[in-house]
Amino acid sequence: MPVESTVPLIPALLGVSFRDGYVGSIVVVSLYVSLSAVALSTLVSVPAAVAIGLTEFPGKGFVKSVVNTGMGFPSVVVGLVVLFAVSNQGPLGTFDLIFTREAMIMSQFVLATPPITAISLAAVSGVDDGVRDAARVLGGTRIDVALVVIKEARYGIATAVLAGFGRAISEVGSVLIVGGNITSASGISKTRTLTTAIQLEARQGQYETAMVLGVVLVALVLTVNAVVVRFGDRGVAG
Amino acid sequence: MLIQRRRFVAALGAGAIASTAGCSSTDGGDGGNGSGSGGESIGVAGETLTLTTTTSTYDTGLLDAIHTDFQEMYGVTVDAVAQGTGAALETARNGDSDVVMVHARGLEDEFMRNGYGINRRDLMFNDFVIVGPESDPAGIRGMSSATDALTAIAEAQATFVSRGDNSGTHTKELNLWEAAGTEPGGDWYQETGTGMGEALNIANQQGAYTLSDRGTFISQRSEIDLTILVQGPIEGGPEILANPYGVMAVNPGVHENANYDLAMAYIGWITSPAVQNAISEYRVNGEQLFFPRAVSEDPDFQQYVPEGWSSEGDDA
Repeated sequence: MPVESTVPLIPALLGVSFRDGYVGSIVVVSLYVSLSAVALSTLVSVPAAVAIGLTEFPGKGFVKSVVNTGMGFPSVVVGLVVLFAVSNQGPLGTFDLIFTREAMIMSQFVLATPPITAISLAAVSGVDDGVRDAARVLGGTRIDVALVVIKEARYGIATAVLAGFGRAISEVGSVLIVGGNITSASGISKTRTLTTAIQLEARQGQYETAMVLGVVLVALVLTVNAVVVRFGDRGVAG
Repeated sequence: MLIQRRRFVAALGAGAIASTAGCSSTDGGDGGNGSGSGGESIGVAGETLTLTTTTSTYDTGLLDAIHTDFQEMYGVTVDAVAQGTGAALETARNGDSDVVMVHARGLEDEFMRNGYGINRRDLMFNDFVIVGPESDPAGIRGMSSATDALTAIAEAQATFVSRGDNSGTHTKELNLWEAAGTEPGGDWYQETGTGMGEALNIANQQGAYTLSDRGTFISQRSEIDLTILVQGPIEGGPEILANPYGVMAVNPGVHENANYDLAMAYIGWITSPAVQNAISEYRVNGEQLFFPRAVSEDPDFQQYVPEGWSSEGDDA
């Protein structure tokens, strides 16, 4: 009976130990979802921040307020909105996105975009006007000016991306709703992230196991931050 | 995903052919069914079944233990989403799952009456127990009536932790209060909005009473100080604490994208003697958590329809 071959794996569910590949697979899913979402957010946010920062237009203050408000979106609400969108009854229902990593990326994209935009905007606004003027005087196009500003604001933008990543990888509300916290029967994650795994353990009262996963999550965030800072120092500045 | 999309395209194609061929009687639904059963001889292989279920079947590890067998037999993937009975049914109602496994007969019946669920089967049962601190401030230990025990807790105003989450256990608890003729409220009654494991921990920390399914309590007993004060029917307690689980398919007539073929394969598989036996052999900490109920010599027509349902034209 194949059932019996899975029985030795059960102590893992009791928090004694983890099944083979379980933690590794949820780390991979966490990173895949959050890094994809942050990459997409960055592609949208940084150009948006530069465009808003370098132009003057009526209602600019209002746009800033909206972006700043977005930083406070409750992830559960974002999850519900994305759920309604990707549900089979929703406008994106034909794409079969419910309970997939793609849906999770969508919700984390919504969550990560406001902080990346807002912090990038602050960084861009903080660039000395003289730098911009110099670039223009030297005959730079609008693109050239923008690139110069981005280069000047790179540390602030890196901070923005890391803040967006922190928001994405640490949130539990939306990925739980749209992802469904699914693993295969053998314990390989499909849509389970570290945060939803922690939530699952806490639901079962396995607080020690939840703490172990929490430590893994913090270590992961620390590693990503260290890599980005190091990469930023060498790659962008050099 | 990919295969589902192909099926969707195939369904569109089948629908287009059917309509051009002048089969005027049916439209969309016909195309969906046709592509599901016809075509490739492999049938359901490679597809994904989305099962929404309650936390108790998932958190006890039962589903992971038995699903490997189903996946290998059919070459499919089961995505089990543990949500609690209310949310599991709501997800299915939105067409986002193919099969549901829950434990609140009243909610299941409503789901069927509204046309969302079909081919319901009794699956298995265990029971609820009323647990509380060893000191038992309300003095309910060994009571043979669950409603008397709740009344005693209410009169003593002893702290009671309620799931408060529209789960099967919460539904049972509300039914019990109603049967006891007591409206719970006040500082002693705490709705937590959490899963069973968390609710047990909260009750443990506060020295409170709570209603738990036996399975979750057993799987957590070694870590908490609560004890069973009123037994369920498995240990000779009152029948009102019975906890039956049902399984049913999402109606493809309402949600044509539901994977009905695979849902029915799943229901057939999980109600088969071999898997029912595997359910009864599943142990946590050496204890049996679920008792199979699908295999019986005697017919039980009530499992297929809402409780108490009868066809008026049929009783002549």
